[in-house]
Parts: sequence; structure tokens; C-alpha cells
Amino acid sequence: MVSSRATVAIAALLCLTCAAAAAQSPALGLGHPASPEAVKAIDIDVLPDGRGLPPGHGTAAAGKPLYIAHCGACHGATGTEGPNDLLAGGRGTLTSARPIKTVGSFWPYATTLWDYINRAMPYEQPHSLAADDVYSITAFVLFLNGIVGERDVVSETTLPLVKMPNQNGFVPDNRANENLPRR
Amino acid sequence: MTTPTIPARKPGGSRRWFLRAGTSFAAALAALRAPTSSAADLPGSLGAPVSGYGSRSRFERALRALGNARTPRSTVSYAPLRDTFGIVTPSSLHFERHHAGVPELDSATHTLTVHGLVDRPLVFSIDELKRLPSVSRFFFIECSGNTSSEWTGANAPDVQRSHGLTSCSEWTGVWLSTILRQSGAQPGATWIVAEGADAARVARSLPMDKAMKDVLVAYAQNGEPLRPEQGYPLRLIVPGVEGIANVKWLHRVKLVDRPAMTRWETSKYTDLLPDGTSRIFTFEMDAKSVITRPSGGETLPGAGVYEISGLAWTGRGAVARVDITTDGGRTWNPAELQAPVLPLAHTRFRWSWRWDGGETLIASRVTDETGYVQPTLIDLLKARGRFSGYHNNAIQPWKVTAAGVVTNGL
Repeated sequence: MVSSRATVAIAALLCLTCAAAAAQSPALGLGHPASPEAVKAIDIDVLPDGRGLPPGHGTAAAGKPLYIAHCGACHGATGTEGPNDLLAGGRGTLTSARPIKTVGSFWPYATTLWDYINRAMPYEQPHSLAADDVYSITAFVLFLNGIVGERDVVSETTLPLVKMPNQNGFVPDNRANENLPRR
Repeated sequence: MTTPTIPARKPGGSRRWFLRAGTSFAAALAALRAPTSSAADLPGSLGAPVSGYGSRSRFERALRALGNARTPRSTVSYAPLRDTFGIVTPSSLHFERHHAGVPELDSATHTLTVHGLVDRPLVFSIDELKRLPSVSRFFFIECSGNTSSEWTGANAPDVQRSHGLTSCSEWTGVWLSTILRQSGAQPGATWIVAEGADAARVARSLPMDKAMKDVLVAYAQNGEPLRPEQGYPLRLIVPGVEGIANVKWLHRVKLVDRPAMTRWETSKYTDLLPDGTSRIFTFEMDAKSVITRPSGGETLPGAGVYEISGLAWTGRGAVARVDITTDGGRTWNPAELQAPVLPLAHTRFRWSWRWDGGETLIASRVTDETGYVQPTLIDLLKARGRFSGYHNNAIQPWKVTAAGVVTNGL
């Protein structure tokens, strides 16, 4: 038999739980459930550990003609000609008098390259490439930077394993430590 | 833009007469422009009738200045800071930065999806968001690339092109925390990824603590629905944080356990230092101020009294004080701050200056409530080198020549 004291304690606990739950999720009842299918249709985020990458694969060899057709006009045949962002070269220039920031010299994660091509490229026709084509173009840009071989298979399992040359080149915001003069 | 022009009256004699009489050319010009009032100038007939949606006087011509014409869908437009007043930027003149053009979205069909590490993935219509508790606040948004043209010295000819990537509005919407509580964040959710519905699906990651603190999901700006170029029908407002994080055309918020490391937080919007490392996630905008009047591109008509006016702001709270120099930094005088001084919003400052007609440099310097003092460009360059790119908040001097011509004084 439960003592009345214990009952009170349990009731108090339950009440606290209710209050906490209410604070966490005010029952406003707005918003409709998003089905897993509906979310899947719009969720294109790819994380550095590869979560979000769809199944697929490609190689630089397969990617070269795709790159020339879809990317070459803006980024040049070897990713170094422009006129838009340079994609290749620039290794070792970040401390020089003329830093060149490219995928190879600057970008910390290979997954970002896949993600960006998939969400925003080609500039005039975004969302027009099949997943395998994105893998192949990704592979070709990495190949232009000497990061993967021409026949290496880039896929949802191998891409997150690619270590980018500048992966350790980023530091958290430490502006507070700057020795700017104070009045 | 340009100095308001009052139609010059035909002088009675030649300008040479003024010059021979020993008057300076600038004073002569001032005399030519002296305003006169006349009953003949007052309207004698009926004016325009009422109208459904107002427009400005045809005599006002301030415009945003457009960036790179080769890529008009991935560039900026600069707010004409010299020709705005108070702390609110007119919505029509608020700066722009698009990465893939302005999408045409319908508020009747647009939705916001909240998913990822949540108990209940939810979709909200705009109408449903408007039924949630609303909030209105003044916040500035500054592109972290604002003033990037000035890292290596004077480059922009005027304050519009040097500082026009900041603007301030009253934003109305729902706290993101309110929306996230509807979905129930799971304990492992430490970051969010916010994505726009523009062609490039611009996306940025934000720490969960900031998302729950003061981030707004805005549907209105300055009393009316957002303008398309400002994210209609929905955008994120991340107070005090670099512009790119204020995701426009917001349609999806995903709760995750690590940042996504999108292109817009790795390849771009990271700050290269002399040792070759780059700062990442430099969210807050440092305290900054600039004199908007007088400023580059205008000509002072002659010695005498001028109001120095400008804007100050900080991503770390409120502006505490602004000091003005009119002698190239030798002496500084406290400016008057226009009340109310709101945190994370533009603050208008002013100071009455009697110009003696000699060549000089004028500048403003802000101190924020944390004690941070706006640095000189030289100090910033010492700390960050020449290639940091973003977050240039240096003191901006304007040079005034004896002829009254105002130019970039860096």
C-alpha cells in the first residue's frame, strides 16, 4: 500500500514533469506533421561525415567530359583559368603575397564540394545533374587538384574518407585575443 | 549619390566678378545656389489624388548602386547611406546580396519545414507562422564583406560603395525558439542548418544556443511583408551576425549534431590570416561606424557650420559612444547619439562642425558596451594581414580639401 505522503510526492513529481513538458513544448497545435517522404524530397544537406550523401559513384575519367560540358565555360578546362572561382592549383600560396584559394588549396571537406555542386551547380541549371554525375564531377575536380586518381571510385562511402590538404587550416573565432589597441 | 541641386539662377555678372572681388570660388558657388522663396513657386492648381500604394517624390533619386554587372544574379547592391536618415533603411533601398538571383515565391504555398533531430518534424504555412506569438525588433544586417574593398587602402569613392552593405529595419516574425519548441528539439541537436529556396539553396549552420537565444523567423520588414529581394515570404534574422547567416527565402531548418560545413561557411566567409590558417564561423560583426555626411563624392560650398552625421553599430550589443575627429585624429569629441540607442541596431550620431575652410581629415570612432573600440585600418592589418577579406570594421576617414571636395581619406 502506498502511503499518502508518497502519493503526494508522486503527484508533485508528476506536476513538475507536466510543467517542464509544457515549458518545452507549448501545446499550440500549429504546424502539420512532415512525412519522412516529404522531408527526404527536400533534405539535401551533406555533412562532413558523409551523412546525407545518396548512393552513387563516379570517377574523374567519367567526370571530365561532364565537367567540360557543364563547368568549363566558367571555371576553365583545368579549373585554373576562370573567369569565375578558381577550382584547382594554389597549393602552398595561403601564406604568400598572393594567396590563391581553390578547392585543393583551401576547402576543408570534400563533402562540401559534392554538396555545393548538387545544390547550386551548374549555375544556370542547378538541380539538373544525376547523383552519379555529381560524384564524377566531384572526382574530376579532386583529380585536377591531385587529391584522387583518375580511376579512383568516388562514392557515398569513399568521399567522406578523402582528406583535403587544408582540412586542418581552420581555427575557431579567436578575434577576442587580437591585440587591438584599447582606449 | 549627388548633392541636392537647387536650380542655379543666372548670375547678374560673370563669375570672374566674384573672384576679382576676392571671394573664394566655393563661396561664389554657394552664393549662386542660395535658396530663394517665391509665391510664384507655390502650386496654383490641384494636386494628385489618393493612391493605393505610395511612391517617393520624383525629385528624389537615391538608388542602390549595383555591383558586378557581369554576374547580376550573384552580386551585391549597396544602400545609399548618405541619402538615408535616422536608423531605418527604407526597404526599397536595403542592400542586397544574392547568390542565384531573387526567386519568385508565393506566400500562399511557401512552407517552412523543421526536421532532423526533433521529436516531431513539422511543416508550417506562412499563415500558421503568423498565428504563433509575434515579435517586432529593430536589427541591423551587415554583409561581412562590407568595406572589403578598403582592406588595402582607399578604393571606394563614396560611403555607398565603401559601407553600403549594411542596413537596418524593423523586422516582425516569430522567434525561432518558439517554432523549434513546437517540434521538440532532441538533446543531441547542437546545430541547425537553415536553407533558402533560392536556386542555389544557400545554407548556413548556426549553433543551437544562438538559434534558441534571439533568432527571428521574419515575415515582415518595416511594417509590410518582406520584399522579394529581402527573402519574401520568410527569412532568418540572426541579430548581430554576419549577413550570410540571415538566410533569405527560408524554407527548411534541420537540427543536426555538427555543422554542415556548407560552401558559404568554408570556401567563403572564412577569414585568412597571415600564418595561412583561416578563422571559421566568425559570426558577430565587430563594432563599426562611419560618417555618412559629409562623405566622399560631395563638395562643401564653403567654410561654416556643417552637421556631421553618421551610423554606428555593433554585433555585441549596444553602441556606448561615438567620437568624432575633424583634425585627422589629433583630437576627438563625443558625438550626440540619437535616442533610442537600440542593441544590435544602427545608431545615428551627430556633431556640429564649424569648418574653417582648411584641408583636413574627418572620421568617427565607436566604442560599444563591451568596451571594444573601433580600430584603425593599420591596427587591423597588423592583427589580420592583407587577405582576411571579411569583417573590415576600420575607422573610415574622409578627406576634405580646401576647395571643399570630400574624398576617401584612407
